[in-house]
Amino acid sequence: MDSQTQLTAEELNEIIQLIYTQHGYDFSDYARSSLLRRVARCMTIAEFKTSYELKYHLINDKSFFAWFLETLTVNVTEMFRDPIFYKELREKVIPTLASYPIIKVWHAGCATGEEVYSMAILLQEAGLLNRTKMYATDLNPVNLERARQGIIPLKQIKEYTTNYIKSGGTNDFSAYYTAQYDNAIIHKEYREEVVFARHNLAVDQVFNEFQLICCRNVMIYFNQELQNRAVHLFHDSLSPLGYLAIGIKESLLFTDIKEQFEAISPLARIYRRKK
Amino acid sequence: MTKNNVDIVVIGGSAGSIPVICELIEALPSPFDFAVVIVIHRSKNVISEMEQILAVKRKEIMVKEPDDKEPIQKNCVYLAPQNYHLLIEETHSFCLDYSELVSYSRPSIDVTFESIAEIYTQKAVSILLSGANGDGSHGMAEIIARGGTGIVQEPSTAEYPVMPQLALDANAEAKAWTPAQISTYIHTLNV
Repeated sequence: MDSQTQLTAEELNEIIQLIYTQHGYDFSDYARSSLLRRVARCMTIAEFKTSYELKYHLINDKSFFAWFLETLTVNVTEMFRDPIFYKELREKVIPTLASYPIIKVWHAGCATGEEVYSMAILLQEAGLLNRTKMYATDLNPVNLERARQGIIPLKQIKEYTTNYIKSGGTNDFSAYYTAQYDNAIIHKEYREEVVFARHNLAVDQVFNEFQLICCRNVMIYFNQELQNRAVHLFHDSLSPLGYLAIGIKESLLFTDIKEQFEAISPLARIYRRKK
Repeated sequence: MTKNNVDIVVIGGSAGSIPVICELIEALPSPFDFAVVIVIHRSKNVISEMEQILAVKRKEIMVKEPDDKEPIQKNCVYLAPQNYHLLIEETHSFCLDYSELVSYSRPSIDVTFESIAEIYTQKAVSILLSGANGDGSHGMAEIIARGGTGIVQEPSTAEYPVMPQLALDANAEAKAWTPAQISTYIHTLNV
């Protein structure tokens, strides 16, 4: 990883433009510092020495783009990442969701689904899962397929169990999955409650109304303009008094719509849409 | 080093680095005309008290974990948040990144050093302290290659000499200084 391919800002701009014209994905408002690393990483793995090689494959090699998109986007995730967030969710948000006859939750940028299933477990423990409709979206179709399968490498389970307990979970975590060989599979009752679909926060629009939207550690890859667009989209997708959860180091402070939200948990970055 | 030649000082450390980091923060001039960024390898998914651990006797110096897209200001000490890589945008604001571990670490020192090299070029000073793996060497090479400065804790003074030794092996131009020498250097950076 240390000897990464070097790429200039200008070359990166050309590649962004090419991806847009050839494949329709708009990365122009992604944060340049992380995008530069991601593109350089793709080139290192593909063993391309120059941006010309990358451009050649983006134009001429149809099968290359699927691999490129999957490798470019960050798919790292954990179950119960930031246990304090889930603890706050358990104590401050989920009890108030119980007043709705049908609860709709949107996970925007769900990667391979670990946080979606973490949320499903919390809702189940509160007795709300059977009246919740969960939507999980991502721009990367490979992620969505993996998320749908709900398969977790067994070597991660120990860490996830620790996270679960720190989040205030009191059940036996193994009640939520079946272990087989090197993997654990999340029980069907959780997988069946989630609708997985393509949605790109850079271009797509409102598609439903939600009581809770989770978009954690997704907007860090956006520049301020695109962050602003996404937060407007979330605002318009929330019912009045609906909740928005963002990453623990993300902030609404740099958006022009911050006044429309009230911080419910400043520590866990959970906000509530004002009426 | 004369006034206004340094916009940012980035300090990387791992095992055994915290006492030295505290010493370096204590040595900062008042006020300091540059930003300080600290990257330490540490646990994730725990409540972090590192901001308090690094809080020094000088009450006017606050150590802050930046939020994503927070603008970088001089006279401020920033600490890379746990479980993210810390990058710098062209607009001189922080950008967090939750991608794969680098050198078994997130935050990785290399990642931040490389990003600072790209944006701050010759106005960056990198300091690498005690630690037990090879993180930071490559990033320091990038900073030096773009005209910035590389300083490494003299390995014999480090609790874990592996990280500084590897950085010196990889960077002939890096200075090997004791914590006291680095403190003096930092103290006079403004002047």
